[in-house]
Amino acid sequence: MSTRFWTGSRRDTLAGYLFIAPQLLGSVLFVFVPLGLVFWYSLHEWNVLADTFTFVGAENYQALADDPKLADALVATGFFSAGLVVLNLSLALLLAVLLNQRLRGTVFFRTVFFSPVVVSLVAWTIVWNFLLQDNGGINALLETVGVDGPNWLRGEGTAMVAVIVVQVIKNVGLNMVLFLAALQGVPANLYEAATVDGASRRRQFLSITVPMISPTILLTSIITVVGSLQVFAQIAVLTQGGPGTSTTVLVYYLYQQAFQFHHFGYGATLSVLLFAIVLLLTLVQWRMRRKWVFHES
Amino acid sequence: MKIRGILAAATAGVLSLGLAACGGDPEPSTGPVSLRMTVWSSNEAHLKLFNEIADAYRAKNPRVTEVKFDPIPFESYTTTLTTQIAGGNGPDLAWLLENSAPDFVNSGALVPLDDTLGKAEGYNAADLSPSATSLWKADGKLFAYPFSTSPFGVFVNTDQLKAAGQQTPAELIAANQWTWDKAVSVAAASSAKSGKAGLVVRDFDYKNWDNLSTVWTGWGAQAWTPDGKGCGFDQQPMVDAMTFLHKSIFTDKALPGPGTTADFFAGEAAMTITQISRASLLKDAKFGWDLVPLPTGPKGEYAVIGQAGLGALKKGKNADVAADFLAFFTNPDNSAKLAAYFPPPRTSQLTAETLAKTNPLLKPEQLQQVVIDGISTGVVKPSHTGQAEIAQAVRAALDPLWKPDADIKAVLGGVCSAINPLLAK
Repeated sequence: MSTRFWTGSRRDTLAGYLFIAPQLLGSVLFVFVPLGLVFWYSLHEWNVLADTFTFVGAENYQALADDPKLADALVATGFFSAGLVVLNLSLALLLAVLLNQRLRGTVFFRTVFFSPVVVSLVAWTIVWNFLLQDNGGINALLETVGVDGPNWLRGEGTAMVAVIVVQVIKNVGLNMVLFLAALQGVPANLYEAATVDGASRRRQFLSITVPMISPTILLTSIITVVGSLQVFAQIAVLTQGGPGTSTTVLVYYLYQQAFQFHHFGYGATLSVLLFAIVLLLTLVQWRMRRKWVFHES
Repeated sequence: MKIRGILAAATAGVLSLGLAACGGDPEPSTGPVSLRMTVWSSNEAHLKLFNEIADAYRAKNPRVTEVKFDPIPFESYTTTLTTQIAGGNGPDLAWLLENSAPDFVNSGALVPLDDTLGKAEGYNAADLSPSATSLWKADGKLFAYPFSTSPFGVFVNTDQLKAAGQQTPAELIAANQWTWDKAVSVAAASSAKSGKAGLVVRDFDYKNWDNLSTVWTGWGAQAWTPDGKGCGFDQQPMVDAMTFLHKSIFTDKALPGPGTTADFFAGEAAMTITQISRASLLKDAKFGWDLVPLPTGPKGEYAVIGQAGLGALKKGKNADVAADFLAFFTNPDNSAKLAAYFPPPRTSQLTAETLAKTNPLLKPEQLQQVVIDGISTGVVKPSHTGQAEIAQAVRAALDPLWKPDADIKAVLGGVCSAINPLLAK
């Protein structure tokens, strides 16, 4: 006597697999296959024009270790990421706290701060490129108050600052909205109890607000760190990696090597390095969540 | 956020490389053929002319069902073209910039044209000027047709110069005084009077330094030796030329400084150095203008030319048809039509009379002085195998020069240290 093949549990299993199939297929096609290919390319010397594709083993990785320009790119990336994450998160939290007050006009200001998020990144950056010229709008504005503004995009120090600020203004609204949502989820009775206990506003912020919104802080910090490591369009439009190599971040360096200098194999090697860095940073943040995210402890 | 989602985000940059993976080997076909040619002009008049030539070709060759002209923005042209080739989606024919000529010509990416052009009816390949074709040859074979050989000249806003009480370049030329020193003093005076820019080296923008060859060639300087092995930046002629340029920018204020944009064609500058093909931008000019040759430098008169080539890609499915179309596109009749916008490499067509018919904005003496004399004596803008990497290294090393207190000699020495390993490759 044969048992029925489609038992209840097998049906459930099939249904489960079918449910995840579209997502899985997408991941395999657009994430894991390209990822594998990039690793495969990184083991080759690929000259696009001559149409040659030669296996070189670990040569590209050796070149990576010997590349004198890589250190500069990593330092620039570190500066950019650190500057962006600190400025973006603190500004987003500050704005969220301010706009969480029951005051007139908060809706207007929320809209103002969020609107850059929906603007096309390249259009946004091109406009800023005009504003930041030596004879551009920012310096004209500074001149009206008697300040002789620097040549923003041409100075070694100011170029990186300009790129960071342009990016922060573009994206701070997104983190602000996430923080706002988190702030509104904090139960009001906690503040009432603290007020009864005589806790100051500052004490309430540090001991109630921050712990209660810590899952959102984790989320926004991961998104912002990962996003900051992938900055490209802003650099391409504003500075092209200059002056010198002061704003040549890893992704821009990768682009130069692969698409401008035609070293596709080496470009792929740099992609692998970028992937490893992002993975490592994300894992570190994920591990640390138990230490400081309130709901995880 | 799930880890998987994070991984997905992390690989976004990686994806663009991964997608460039597909692409098959070309197989010659006998069926209908559709050709695609990448260009960097999206000028309607240019495209209309191209399409007319293509229609005539299709009428003769019914097998060719379509010739598509695909404009790619100039700024990212070579990068986009290479990316298309890497993705197995390269065009059949492509315009090529002079600075990428050595890479394309030496790589074997292009179809050698000598046989096709030799066989083409009435083509008269011997008419092509050797100085125009030399950049596009390797091992004695021609790999691209120099469809545009465009000299650099100086466009002048005569209204601004007169308002500043300055002599115009035409007057200076007549008095045999059209020198760089004079050009800079005129530009500085005009800028001081108008509050606008003096002299703009167009497209340089303190990044695309190869445009400065329009200045330093007057000092006999060169970016590298003709064999491409020796760096020229630390040599005395270059030091002298750059010292002059630095003084003109930061002391005389004759050229706008870094980070200042000024468009001559919008009336924002007194003079600009650019290719004559830009004359079309002056069609509706609201100011008086002139076009004159580059000023003389310490080494005397000189000319600099920019070139653009047209090649057929070997990897295309119909490389033979593409080469045949190239021969048709550039035959004497069509070359004469193209001369309306692109100075031709055919010696027989390089006369002021021929060019005047198709360049109504320019006077015969302008065409003779700037175009014809320029092409015959001109030095082509710098180009080298692996140019993009060298260009990037030079740009980064030159950046410290564009400050008022720069140590010019040290900076130029630094340029050579940066590019010597690349030149030696």
